[in-house]
Amino acid sequence: MALVRVRGQLRQLADGCAEHELEGAIVVELLRQLERDHPAVAGWILDERGQIRRHINVFVNGERGEESTPVGPDDRVDVLPAISGG
Amino acid sequence: MTELIVGTKKGLFVLNGKADGSFEVSARAFAGEPVDYATRDPRSGRVLAATSSPIYGPKLWYTEDPAGEWMQAAGVELPEDAGAALERLWVITPAESEDCLLAGGDPGVLFESEDAGASWRVNEALWKHPTRSSWQPGGGGLCLHSIAPWPGNADRLAVAVSAAGVWLTEDRGRTWRQGNNGLVARYLPEDAQVGVTALCVHHMERSPQRPERLFMQFHGGVYRSDDAGETWSDIGNGLPSDFGFPLTIDPADPDRAYVIPLRADTDRVTPDGRVRVYETTDAGTSWSALAEGLPQTDAYLTVLRQAFDSTGAAEALELYFGATSGELFGSRDAGASWFTAASRLPPIYSLAASR
Repeated sequence: MALVRVRGQLRQLADGCAEHELEGAIVVELLRQLERDHPAVAGWILDERGQIRRHINVFVNGERGEESTPVGPDDRVDVLPAISGG
Repeated sequence: MTELIVGTKKGLFVLNGKADGSFEVSARAFAGEPVDYATRDPRSGRVLAATSSPIYGPKLWYTEDPAGEWMQAAGVELPEDAGAALERLWVITPAESEDCLLAGGDPGVLFESEDAGASWRVNEALWKHPTRSSWQPGGGGLCLHSIAPWPGNADRLAVAVSAAGVWLTEDRGRTWRQGNNGLVARYLPEDAQVGVTALCVHHMERSPQRPERLFMQFHGGVYRSDDAGETWSDIGNGLPSDFGFPLTIDPADPDRAYVIPLRADTDRVTPDGRVRVYETTDAGTSWSALAEGLPQTDAYLTVLRQAFDSTGAAEALELYFGATSGELFGSRDAGASWFTAASRLPPIYSLAASR
């Protein structure tokens, strides 16, 4: 299973848990599984279309990923809010 | 005691009036998050707030105590097959049926709740209206910002969308038709103005005393309808600018309305560096400037469409408006004189007054 890490507000919504071992072949499948495990996360990372919100960044083993990025069982996925000024 | 629920760029503020007439912040919520709209449902006492985190998207919240825990409402999203995401919520309004609320958002969507705001669903008839492909977003997006229930009749409702004009229903939202006769889109070429749907309504209010009467601030023009939104007459003559965003009314007097003109079109600040509210007491035949106590020199304020509200009625009408400067002004004598209720809030997006 891949390891999905969330922090800050997303961690709170995920029942306070920062690290989640999840099943899935691509990023969006992992994120959907995260929503099923922790329903309060629904709508916060993925929008109604199943797309990663514009200002959320997903990294797979340290490299920018997107919804369709393949994920292996030993991979690490970090979900981070974008750092932006203004 | 008057309560002001203020949505700002940096969270929600609740201001309570004190015995000496001043206001103090009694609660703050959603620190750092844009609060686009917030209001208290006078029937349940519940406070509802719409936030739009640039990171996590728009959410709708409710609470019995603004200083306490807030619950996230369910169902505030577009249908999965919409091919679009909800951008922002613009307004939350109690409907006529008990425990029913309505909310408007971008892209031109109306939400309905039957459980006092805990869960919501999209009004399908408006969402799937055949004309939708011709709706065009205004500068603030394709925002459904005005909801005007008909007092005592839950079947009748008017909503306004920028820029898709006025929509009317007489069957509780099962069918919708346009109510745009008389509106003139001066921002379009003359030969493109006829029959256009892209009508940029900025704000619309219904008189509870005479529900067939509606007032509207348009994108260039102030209008009145005396036939429930079927037809509109321009009543902007006499204003220093007929451009602006907010509008409020006296619930006790169908002839009385207030606007805050801004300099058109790209400037969008108070004309001549003077902050003036304009009042009509004859349904728009004439307008009078109300400025006593408001800044009259070098004051270039922007007042957004949801940042002007009233509470009370007649001579006891209280008026409040907030500016993007973070200043909040009030009047307890129907606009005859004004005071500064707060001067250093974040940019003010919305204001709801009650007592």
